[in-house]
Amino acid sequence: MTELQIEPYKKRLHTSSGRPAAWAVGGGAELKGYRKYFTTKLVWFLTTFVFAFLLNFILPRLMPGDPVAVITQRVTQGMTSQSGAQAVYEQYAEQFGTNKPLWEQFARYMANVVRGDFGVSFSQYPRPVAQILGASIGWTIALQFPAIIVGWLIGNTLGALAAYLKGGFDKVVMPVSIFISNFPAFGMAVILLVVFGVNLRWFPTSGGYGFDLIPSASWGFVWSVIVHYQLPFWSVVLISIGGQAIGMRSMAIYELNADYVKYARFMGIKDWKIIGYVFRNAMLPQITGLALSIGTMVGGALVAEIIFSYPGLGYTILNGVIGQDYPLISAATLIITVMVLIANFAIEIIYGLIDPRIKAAQAD
Amino acid sequence: MINTLRQIFRSGKFVAGFSIFAAILLGSLIYPLIIRDAPLTIIGQGTFFPPGIYVSVYDSVGATTTYTLDIDEAAVNRIASRFSEEDRLAVKEWLVAAGLPEAEIDTADTEKLLAQWETNFDSTKRIPGMTNAKRNYYIRLNNSIDGLLSSEGVVIAAKNAETGTLEQIDTIEQSDYVNVTEVANVRVLPLGTDNFGRDMLTELVAATRVSLSIGFIAGTVATLIGLTLGLLAGYIGGWIDDIIMFVTNLFTVIPSFVLLILISFSIGQEQRGAFTVAVVIGFTSWVWTARAVRAQVVSLRNRDHVNLSKLSGHSIVYIILNDILPYIASYVVMALILQISSGILAEAGLSILGLGPKTTEVPTLGLMMNWARIYQADIQGRWWAYLPVLVTIASVAFSMNLMNTGLDQVFNPALRD
Repeated sequence: MTELQIEPYKKRLHTSSGRPAAWAVGGGAELKGYRKYFTTKLVWFLTTFVFAFLLNFILPRLMPGDPVAVITQRVTQGMTSQSGAQAVYEQYAEQFGTNKPLWEQFARYMANVVRGDFGVSFSQYPRPVAQILGASIGWTIALQFPAIIVGWLIGNTLGALAAYLKGGFDKVVMPVSIFISNFPAFGMAVILLVVFGVNLRWFPTSGGYGFDLIPSASWGFVWSVIVHYQLPFWSVVLISIGGQAIGMRSMAIYELNADYVKYARFMGIKDWKIIGYVFRNAMLPQITGLALSIGTMVGGALVAEIIFSYPGLGYTILNGVIGQDYPLISAATLIITVMVLIANFAIEIIYGLIDPRIKAAQAD
Repeated sequence: MINTLRQIFRSGKFVAGFSIFAAILLGSLIYPLIIRDAPLTIIGQGTFFPPGIYVSVYDSVGATTTYTLDIDEAAVNRIASRFSEEDRLAVKEWLVAAGLPEAEIDTADTEKLLAQWETNFDSTKRIPGMTNAKRNYYIRLNNSIDGLLSSEGVVIAAKNAETGTLEQIDTIEQSDYVNVTEVANVRVLPLGTDNFGRDMLTELVAATRVSLSIGFIAGTVATLIGLTLGLLAGYIGGWIDDIIMFVTNLFTVIPSFVLLILISFSIGQEQRGAFTVAVVIGFTSWVWTARAVRAQVVSLRNRDHVNLSKLSGHSIVYIILNDILPYIASYVVMALILQISSGILAEAGLSILGLGPKTTEVPTLGLMMNWARIYQADIQGRWWAYLPVLVTIASVAFSMNLMNTGLDQVFNPALRD
């Protein structure tokens, strides 16, 4: 680290805690500081996990209405015998355990989930829910993870550039960013679909791969997957660019007015190098911002998947809703929550590694 | 108060946002006063009629006065509309397939092309490799261009009720015109009809109104919960603060959209009215308000005027209402605006998942998007079924965000340009 890179951190350390800078502390303490940070984060992660799990179990049971009755009604349509319907109802109640006390239901539910058993799907009987989700989860991760990262990177670069270049560039980037960040994800998906899929015919409009193909390791299949990937990918990227650019711009404007930037300018340091410093500093709050907004982004992207009939979790949820598939919805929401929690945890860990203040704060 | 308002309305961004929002709101309130149709009446027998003015054919034939206009381009226009460039190429394709030499066919020469078509076309003739759909297209085309070049009018006949024979009652010349204002039945469909054959504009206006109220209810519920929790946590502190912050942090990382899906699905299709959906959205989106209000209250808690109030023996309720709330009021209003806009978006997202409000009387913007998606309006190029809805959603969200940014700049001088 050159002196200049350290400078801003030092400034912040002194202003934030008034304590000596982190690098004054020995290596052993530093490691201990990290361990403490990670342990705190891990405990928090596990706590939220437990509560998410509880919510996922309890919320549907708090709602008015009897899901078993609904299912029974569907199955017994046209059945004239009242006792027959009653038998079906009891069988389902037994199968889902709704006739047992709540704590026993919970114990059963937990034991099943730990084994990876989410029950059998109603709408795609007799496929197990775990199998359906297993088939779609990969698509969602492969779509959203790179898209959110790419959107974050592009958005932040644009925001930093807008703050630095000001003038015309800023005047174009800002209003566009504000408009795009207000645009619903499904709207962006529809527009991309119509422009590039229907009018220009550059990309296919639906599915994860050509409907005439069987998944295999052949070139034709891989190419088809790549082509089908583009529109959903870019709609998620475009959506996440806007908000990130706005946030980064205001962070970067704040940083650009800091003393170290003025100092660097007086020193005659090259512009792009200063932008580098500014970017590094303004990036930290943006990482936290990503952790906080990732849940919303995933929600939007799930709806965008539906527009493209992409075979991911969003489409699976839609099918679950249409088919009144209670086990499928319950498992899908749990899986999404867990994915978001893991992503959040990962971002916190990365943040801890990047931000020197964490070391300093935890080492004391 | 008046000064604050004056200051707010001096902000360009706020005024721009406010104008867009006011225009949408007024439009959605005034339109139903003028056009009193129920928004979900089905008028079109068919799906996705394009936007335009629909004139009753029956009434224009029976119009009391017909006018004769001699317009030179009339014949050209008629031929162009019934015999397009694509049709000409299709005719050429058929003729070539039927064995005519390609050099003899000129698609630009209408007269010759039609003559060739007339003499050669035979609907029973089977051309190898031609699909049935294509064959039907040629039969339709043949009917449409039949007699295209003739200059005679058509005869209107009615069945005699007694004898059952057709009797001529009128003739229509090619140069006959009716004045649209004199035709008894003319229906303007500025945005065409949707997949169920309902007037898109009337439906859109009603949907905007319902969606705005969903957003408003959701925003109010969320802001009230967030404000209460934030005030309690920030002002009282201690273990109450710990508990509230624990819950708040929990719901920050557990995605609200997932909770929304789970709750909406569990409520069931029957119970899910527009109001219920709005309240559910409100109950899952208070987190940000609570966090921010708490942060503001914590910074206010130890100010001198609050301490003075405490020393004077005022109750907690009094202090919160008189010494804390006025300081965070501007912030709460901004948060409310954002909550309303995100409530509208949340409803739209839910509806696309098939978890939107169950409704038979009122549409919502999200439901309209969902209907357009199910009937593949996007893939079929029926832009009027989804684009106006998207534009409305985006303008509402955009206008609210502009207002919010404007307010932010007024109340937070550090952000002023």
